[in-house]
This record gives sequence, C-alpha cells and structure tokens, in this order.
Amino acid sequence: MFDLTGKNALITGASGGIGGAIAKALYDAGATVALSGTRVEPLEALAAELGERAHVLPCNLSDKESVEALPKQAAEVMGSVDILVNNAGITRDNLFMRMSDDEWESVLNVNLTSTMRLCKGVLRGMMKARWGRIVNISSIVGATGNPGQGNYAASKAGMVGMSKSLAYEVATRGITVNCVAPGFIATAMTDKLTDDQKDKINAQIPSARMGTPEEIAAAVLYLASQEAGYTTGTTLHVNGGMAML
Amino acid sequence: MSDIADRVKKIVVEHLDVEEDKVTETASFIDDLGADSLDTVELVMAFEEEFGIEIPDDAAETIQTFGDAVKFITEAS
Repeated sequence: MFDLTGKNALITGASGGIGGAIAKALYDAGATVALSGTRVEPLEALAAELGERAHVLPCNLSDKESVEALPKQAAEVMGSVDILVNNAGITRDNLFMRMSDDEWESVLNVNLTSTMRLCKGVLRGMMKARWGRIVNISSIVGATGNPGQGNYAASKAGMVGMSKSLAYEVATRGITVNCVAPGFIATAMTDKLTDDQKDKINAQIPSARMGTPEEIAAAVLYLASQEAGYTTGTTLHVNGGMAML
Repeated sequence: MSDIADRVKKIVVEHLDVEEDKVTETASFIDDLGADSLDTVELVMAFEEEFGIEIPDDAAETIQTFGDAVKFITEAS
C-alpha cells in the first residue's frame, strides 16, 4: 500500500531491534536507507541483509560535530534526505533523588538535543523539495512517566512538544513531523527478563503480550508515506492498549 | 540597477509571487510583500545559494527589506 520508491530515509539507532525493523520496513517499501548507529558491525550486517539501497553511516549522537555532519553525509550518499527517523535513544535509569547531573544530561543530550540537531540539519533540503517526513520515536513513558526514568521520560515528552512546534512551522511546506510512542516491545533488551517478569508486564497490557519491532515499524512506515500528508503534529501510540491516549 | 539587485529582485519576485514594481528599496518582505517568517528564512537560503555566500542567523535577522538584502549581499560578495 505504501510506496516509498525514490525516497531517501535516514534512520538513527538502526543497529537496535526497533531501528532495524524500521529500516527494513522503509527499504521493503522501496526507499533508499542510510543506517546510522554507534555499532558498525550490526549496521553492516543489516545493510548486507537489505541490499544495495542501504548505506551505513556510523555516528556518535553524544558528539555535536558528528551529529551535525550526519545529515550532510546522508544527503551526499543518497542525494537527499526526504525521511528522517529519530529512533536512537539511551537510558540511564536512577531514582530521581539519586540522579546525577551526568545521568540527566547524557540522556537529554542523546535523546532530545541530537533529535533537534538532526531535524534542523534535514529541514533545508525538505523545505526546498516542498516534501518531507520526520518521525521521532518517543515512548509511552513520555506520556505516563515511569519510576526511575525521570530523565528518559523528560526526553521523550520533550520530543513530543518539539515535534508539535516544528510541525506548526513547516506544515505549509509539505513537511510533516510526528511521533510514534511504543509501549513494551520485545527486543534483545526484554529477552533478558524472566518469564515471571514478562507475565507481570503482560498482565498490564490489554493485548496481553509485548509488541514486536515490526508493529512499530508499520506505524513509522505509515507516517513516512505520501498518504500520511495530512497527519502532522500527532503522536501515534503503539502499546497494545496499555495506555489509551 | 546593479547586477546584484537584479538577481535579488528576481528571487524575491519568484519566491513571494509579487509584482516586480512592488519590490522597492524600502519594501519590507513581511509588511509590504506578504512574506511570513518562514518565507524570510527561505529567501535567505535562496540568497545564500544564488551568491555562494553564508548568511549567519544574526545577520539574517537584520535583513528586513529588499534594500537590506542588496546591501548585505553587496558587502558580503
């Protein structure tokens, strides 16, 4: 249904479970993809699995210069950046009263500030093209809060406010800016949980199971599509009904 | 009129879709030529490309009129 042939997409955090699935979904819909992340090996493996329209662009998102260089590198290798998916994110959990400045700043810097910089970096090309899709991967936690994740929740809620403001500014230029907010998604991270822990989590989810990376990717694919041109400034919650927002 | 002024005027006319004779020395992009703030950002982007110069954000904010633009670009290029 969604055809991204001829579109060029930059995806951060593509070495992770969700980012990899997003890259695959966009690629399978015909897009050329630039895979970014800190770990080169899984990026190369994913690019090899996808095929010749996949490019690898390693980037350390905690480094300002690297972040600012990334959109330019992506535009050089693909010709343009029509779709930007800010998926990379880190956690450094701690109780609020124990949270250090460093734990706060590093999470805000990678999750929120780098997202802002990458958005800025791709806007010029999108404005000229009068077409662009920005999809920022937020989190259910940004809307509901979560103990031990004051920094992470702040960064993810910050993304939503930022995306809405930017969506206002560039809507007349054919550029949409939206968020996808995943709930509990089965990835390498959740594989480590015990069955007992998983049962407890699933009991809180009306769908009674964790989501899959592919189910997040499907939401991103929609928001990246031509068909989603009238959807902007919104947050698409994909959480099995865990929080109905 | 200088070559620079001609080229600036062409960009303004195309971008803002206005009559050429409306683009006078003191014509304000926003107040007289119907630009919104995003249009002014795009105009600056177009000037940068046309003249191969870089216009920093703080300088861009001072370019309010056609005359401002011609003056800045003349000095920068």
